[in-house]
Amino acid sequence: MSHLLELRHLDKRFGGIHVTRDVSFQLSPGDRLALIGPNGAGKTTLVNQISGVLPADSGEVWLRGDNVSRMTQAQRVRSGLARTFQITTLAPHFPVQRQIELALFEREQLGGRAWRSIDSFPAIKTEAHELLSRFGLRAHASTPTQDLAYGEQRLIEMALAMALRPKVLLLDEPMAGVPKGDGGRLLTALDSLPKDLAVLLIEHDMDLVFRYASRILVLSEGAVLADGTPDEIRRDPLVRAAYLGN
Amino acid sequence: MNTMTLFKARARNLNDDAGGSSPKCAPAWRAPFITLAMGLAACLLLPDQLGLLTRLFVIGLLVLSLDLVVGIAGLATLGHAAMFGVGAYAAGIFALRVMPDPLVGLAVGVLAGGLLAGLSGAFLLRYQGFTFLMLTVAVAQMVLALAHKARDWTGGDDGLSGYIMGPLFGYFEFDFVGKLAAFYSLGVLVVFFYVARRLVDSPFGLSVRGIHENRARMAALGAPVYRRLLTMYAIAGAFAGAAGALSAQTTAVVGLDSLSFSLSAEVLVMLILGGVGRLSGALMGAAVFLVLHHTASSINPYHWLFVVGGLLMLVVLAPPARCLAQLRARLGMTR
Repeated sequence: MSHLLELRHLDKRFGGIHVTRDVSFQLSPGDRLALIGPNGAGKTTLVNQISGVLPADSGEVWLRGDNVSRMTQAQRVRSGLARTFQITTLAPHFPVQRQIELALFEREQLGGRAWRSIDSFPAIKTEAHELLSRFGLRAHASTPTQDLAYGEQRLIEMALAMALRPKVLLLDEPMAGVPKGDGGRLLTALDSLPKDLAVLLIEHDMDLVFRYASRILVLSEGAVLADGTPDEIRRDPLVRAAYLGN
Repeated sequence: MNTMTLFKARARNLNDDAGGSSPKCAPAWRAPFITLAMGLAACLLLPDQLGLLTRLFVIGLLVLSLDLVVGIAGLATLGHAAMFGVGAYAAGIFALRVMPDPLVGLAVGVLAGGLLAGLSGAFLLRYQGFTFLMLTVAVAQMVLALAHKARDWTGGDDGLSGYIMGPLFGYFEFDFVGKLAAFYSLGVLVVFFYVARRLVDSPFGLSVRGIHENRARMAALGAPVYRRLLTMYAIAGAFAGAAGALSAQTTAVVGLDSLSFSLSAEVLVMLILGGVGRLSGALMGAAVFLVLHHTASSINPYHWLFVVGGLLMLVVLAPPARCLAQLRARLGMTR
């Protein structure tokens, strides 16, 4: 099976700190790979290198068979990569529907159209409504994003990523900051992601990680400590010693 | 409650179809039409103030162009007069040396302003925040120095003059009392205002507003952030160039003050007075500032800026939009 995402010996330093050390792994269609590790292990830095926010010092990122290491973030998105952020990163004053339309216009490469009104694209509007309904946000179409509860803003993050129709989705701590009682809709959204989508999930909630992931990769001080199924990771003495405890 | 329980609980059904109303853009013609009606009424009711009204329409267009940069794209600049001045000099030189047709001259001003903004923006937009702000000042000062040096073309300290504009559409002559100048400026302002409204409510405008709100988000959606900002900066430069050309054509003189730092600062004050990011606020701010300038300076020519300063403090400390929202909330009025 061909890989959707492949990292080859990715390496990154910030001055004297080695934040990514020779990281390699692959993602295939339908994979649910969880990336875990203690704070400061380099998880978000790795996501930033994959998505093109940060250039790697060495190594390569391959996306759907193409070397995208030198591509911009926008080019990688057009190649089928989408991400969410650890800290909610939205347009706070935009009504929720406009937020989704932003993603749809960019996906359809209509973002440069400078004369037609945004209201005169019925297909975009319909798809925005469908996405909002799918994520249970239809009632908030006109609500400014900043007026929504934090958990709902996390849902918008995921809806935006899905609006891009990605092949590979990078989820950076989707449950971060969400009160336990409000997490149900996010978990359902995670569950309903397309089966052929390759997902890389960064998460500290171990219940979620071991329930959701088909494979787990443990990062420690920027390097891969272990890579295996949830059962293998659970039994791995190195992981238990370094991260999970007893 | 642990994660497993949450999975089982499925707190709410994701296929919640309770339909909320969709956001809608106001018709693009509405605000320009109101501007046209009010401008015409002002011209007809105040025939002795056509000079002031012409100045208001010209500066209103400049503040509108600044709102595209500051309010829509979120780029704080103190060098916007550079595009205005270059448009003014280009239109003036064109009228003096090539042909005096106002509309062709206006197009030359538009091109000059857009070109300067495009070229300088290609460099400036690689920076953000305070660095960007300071570099816009530097570019404007360099253009001012060049205009000062190129006396043969610009007239230097004496200013550029000696040209007489030809008839508009080959028929309407510019008259002594400034009637045509006022109507011509109003017409150009309304057309550019309409274009700005279309632009802001288009997918491109939405994208640029998105960049203003959150640059990282727009990059993550695949938007070419730099290119979008550069395009908007060049368009705003073209608008400012148009305002400069209008100024040159309606006053028949272009001075170095059209490139000055004080003009850049004044139009920013006007924009803040009227409200940033709403386009119509730019015109209101220009109107308030210029009418205040006109009346307060005639009462006290030395201390009129005191009044403007006080008003600016009031607007900054108690923004009209926030006050209105609080009033609506107190009255129990929903959005």
